[in-house]
Amino acid sequence: MKTRTLLLAALILPLGFAVAEPPPGEQPVDPYEVSNANAGADPFEGTALFEAFNGEAGIGRIVDDMVDRNLADPRIKDIFAASDLVRLRRTLKEQFCYILNGPCDYTGMDMKSSHADHGITNREFNALVENLQLAMNTEGVPFRAQNKLLAKLAPMQRDVVTR
Amino acid sequence: MRLEIPVVLVGLSVAFAPVCAAQKLELRGKLLLTRGVSNLEGAGGGALTPWALITGNGTDRGIGATAHYDYVTVNDYGLTSYGAAVGLYDRFEVSYSRMALDTRDVGAALGLGEGYEFAQDVWGVKMRVAGDAVYGQDTWLPQIAVGAEYKKSNRDGLVQALGADESEGVDVYVSATKLILAESLLANATLRYTGAHQIGLLGYSDEASLQPEFSLGYMLSRRLIVGGEYRFKPDDLAFAKEDDFLDLFGAYAVNDTLTLTAGYVDLGEIATFEDQRGLYLSAQVGF
Ligand code: HEM
Repeated sequence: MKTRTLLLAALILPLGFAVAEPPPGEQPVDPYEVSNANAGADPFEGTALFEAFNGEAGIGRIVDDMVDRNLADPRIKDIFAASDLVRLRRTLKEQFCYILNGPCDYTGMDMKSSHADHGITNREFNALVENLQLAMNTEGVPFRAQNKLLAKLAPMQRDVVTR
Repeated sequence: MRLEIPVVLVGLSVAFAPVCAAQKLELRGKLLLTRGVSNLEGAGGGALTPWALITGNGTDRGIGATAHYDYVTVNDYGLTSYGAAVGLYDRFEVSYSRMALDTRDVGAALGLGEGYEFAQDVWGVKMRVAGDAVYGQDTWLPQIAVGAEYKKSNRDGLVQALGADESEGVDVYVSATKLILAESLLANATLRYTGAHQIGLLGYSDEASLQPEFSLGYMLSRRLIVGGEYRFKPDDLAFAKEDDFLDLFGAYAVNDTLTLTAGYVDLGEIATFEDQRGLYLSAQVGF
């Protein structure tokens, strides 16, 4: 019955089990529970920061630039050798947009499980932070606003750095 | 007795070293400016006070080192400091610094001879004991380190004649450093237990006391931080009053090797000559 299917869907969707079918261009991943809590930080209040990052378009450019820099960075590029970059770009954009209180939900995995297999060190973590700073500079994000986002990301070091 | 704490800290770093050497040593890796600059006594920190940060660019998997040269010129004196420091696994720091006070005309006025120099060797050790100044943005816990500095004046005899009990001594301190990224601020508080007269240049009193030191910096970019420091000091010499030190500084990381610092210092009264204010310049190189 139609209403029953809808009811079921209404029950299941909020629980947020990942859809079996990956978005176009992405590899399938093992199922996991989708939740904004996976983003690893609570969003800011207000719209000032989201605007300082030039909205979703700005965040998109920053993430693309940062990922490009990571892939060209001899300190860390090998870590991304086997990565699904389409998915990585999408989930990073969602994550930043969500944390900056933009109109986005984060649908990726939590920081601990998505980095567990990569044996990342502090030096590598800092290399990525540096690339993010350069990308934010290129986008013209004021330094004070940059630091507000970095303050949210910094504690993720405890989940990302495993070596 | 006096050397106990430094010896224990050096012993700890030596004991720890082979354990870490088993894995591949990494060089470099800290973010710009997060190694601090070198303070007058050679420790990683601000210009006047040590911070809980460990010098050098090494992370917890590596080592780093810095060398510094400071030049201070105030109304009646010149002060220079040069030295080097090693940071091990972002946990231990060992430093050496040679500091010299050029008395210029004051030397003649005091009957010591023009340009008479009071110098001291400073050996420092520091160990980080808790917290992370950079990553711990979701907690109030600062990065905390304990340290000790052994200082030896080159004027044994004279400093006693001027009223000091000893020409050498040991300071111990605890520092707490916090980067408050959301506000682009860096704050440090240090509590030092010291009997030093003019940070040791005029010898040591047998009576030590607790003296706080504060630094506050505002980051203007990845490379540039401006701020100020205030260092309380004992005032125990009979022949001359001693004042607290303060500075206003700007530190610029040219790259991850070179950091330049310039500022204004107020050293107060030194050996009966008041209002010693002037310029602080420092270059620090490191990896
Ligand atoms: C605070 C810093 C970091 C954040 C916010 C972050 C964020 C993310 C996100 C959102 C994902 C995608 C999760 C998913 O697929 O569901 C991801 C995956 C990944 N991250 Fe990070 N990351 C950080 C640091 C790092 C660092 C330092 C490295 C390595 C230098 C790194 C390497 C990777 C790799 C290799 C993947 C997996 C990509 C794949 O295999 O598809 N990350 N990260």
